[in-house]
Amino acid sequence: MIDTTLKSLVRARDGRRRRMAPIVPAQTVAGHALIAVIAIMTFLACLTVGAVTLVRDTASVWQSQIAREATIQIRPRDDLDMEAALEAARTIAGTFAGVREATVVDSAATARLLEPWLGTGLDLEELPVPRLVIVTIDEAAPPDFAAMREAIRKQVPNASLDDHRNWVDRLVSMARTTVTIGFTVLILMLSATVLTVIFATRGAMAGNGHVIEVLHYVGAEARFIASQFRRHFLLTGIKGAAAGGLSAIIVFILFGWWSGRNMATPEADQATALFGNFAIGMTGYLGVGVVVVLVAALTAATSHATVVAHLNGVDVGTGDHL
Amino acid sequence: MIHFENVGLRYGMGPEILRDISFHIPKRSFQFLSGPSGAGKTTLLRLLFLSLAPTRGLIKVFGKDRALIRRDELPHIRRKIGVVFQDFRLLEHMTTYENVALPLRVRGREEASYRSDVTELLKWVGLGERLNAHPPILSGGEKQRAAIARALIEQPDILLADEPTGNVDPPLARRLLRLFIELNRSGTAVLIATHDLSLMDQVDARRLVLADGRLAVHD
Repeated sequence: MIDTTLKSLVRARDGRRRRMAPIVPAQTVAGHALIAVIAIMTFLACLTVGAVTLVRDTASVWQSQIAREATIQIRPRDDLDMEAALEAARTIAGTFAGVREATVVDSAATARLLEPWLGTGLDLEELPVPRLVIVTIDEAAPPDFAAMREAIRKQVPNASLDDHRNWVDRLVSMARTTVTIGFTVLILMLSATVLTVIFATRGAMAGNGHVIEVLHYVGAEARFIASQFRRHFLLTGIKGAAAGGLSAIIVFILFGWWSGRNMATPEADQATALFGNFAIGMTGYLGVGVVVVLVAALTAATSHATVVAHLNGVDVGTGDHL
Repeated sequence: MIHFENVGLRYGMGPEILRDISFHIPKRSFQFLSGPSGAGKTTLLRLLFLSLAPTRGLIKVFGKDRALIRRDELPHIRRKIGVVFQDFRLLEHMTTYENVALPLRVRGREEASYRSDVTELLKWVGLGERLNAHPPILSGGEKQRAAIARALIEQPDILLADEPTGNVDPPLARRLLRLFIELNRSGTAVLIATHDLSLMDQVDARRLVLADGRLAVHD
């Protein structure tokens, strides 16, 4: 009875599909090192992508914030009724299409503005202090600044309109320079990643020369050998790139969380003033995805090229021709 | 089956390693390739196995001119030629069974379709109990037999063996020789490269002797 059961168990075992070892050996020391190199380079490339998107978004925020407002400045004169002039300027500005709101900066607010320089208890009547009207603009359909400037100048002779054009132009140029520098760094970083991945993959492949040769000698077609290595190294590339990309996303999230948590502190205010709220938008995350896919594909392509080159070497041997 | 005519080979701009080599290997034949170490036996085997191309002369393999064989045709022709390397070239991450089954696996065959053939062959070479052992724990003789089984699994028309008894003791060498003779009787042509005179003395077979880059054939 027991004998029969044992025999049937042995038959069942023999009948089962045998689990075959992979044709390309599983991870070696060089394979683990390759994953680590790919992960580190992907992490750095993703951080660069994140930094570039952050700078680009921040630059566009600076630009739109400045462009959202214009200022009417009225200089005092002995025979000028300042309050009436402010009201007149506010009314003229309000009549233009594209102006959302025109607000007079009242005496108290002006005094607060000057407080750091002139101290408290300031009487604006005694000093020739210019007064301001803040004009909020519809960014999508800005008003005709030339016409507004002309209309204000005619009715309020001491008034001048500043549409912040000088600032905006300078900021636009600064933002463009910053983004260009960012993209240059990104291209350099990606090039370094590409070269490092190529060299590291070739290094890891060097240990597999004997496998390629044996497969070749047992009659495997070059296509088959290349596909085996491509699949193996694609997986290696995906593992490394995914680890690097995920680490970068974690860093982005941690920075976002830190900046949100310290929003009220002076350090965070300073960082927010420069970089916004450290939020990497959808573009940044998409960029990370693109880098991960690129690095994994590159690893597979490099292994493919190495196998093909190795096979050509094996076939040609050291003889003169094939 | 394989025909060499005035074949010469040189590496780069160096001197000719093989000169005016002419011989024919008929079907179902048995021969030894001998000569002192460094005479060019392995190089001649590489020419036979199509992993080297001659610098001059004509090589015909299974009726095809070597010079006209396209690179993508080579794997199909190689499947008709079994090779046993001097250093075995077994893959260490695979078991004996997997190493022997490798030529069939790379052709995309399902494991179920060749399982019994591989097991049978391993039993025939005396490795029936070592199916799941990895090469690092096999003895030299066992590795040699595994390499022979791998070369035979596709039932090649010709078997080339490079110093197959170089790493084994005389009794095992005799056993391996009997294996080759048995294989030859079943219809496979055999060429054994060796410098072991005692091995050659055991069989009355044709001898191809390489010396100074030239080949002498003793029928």
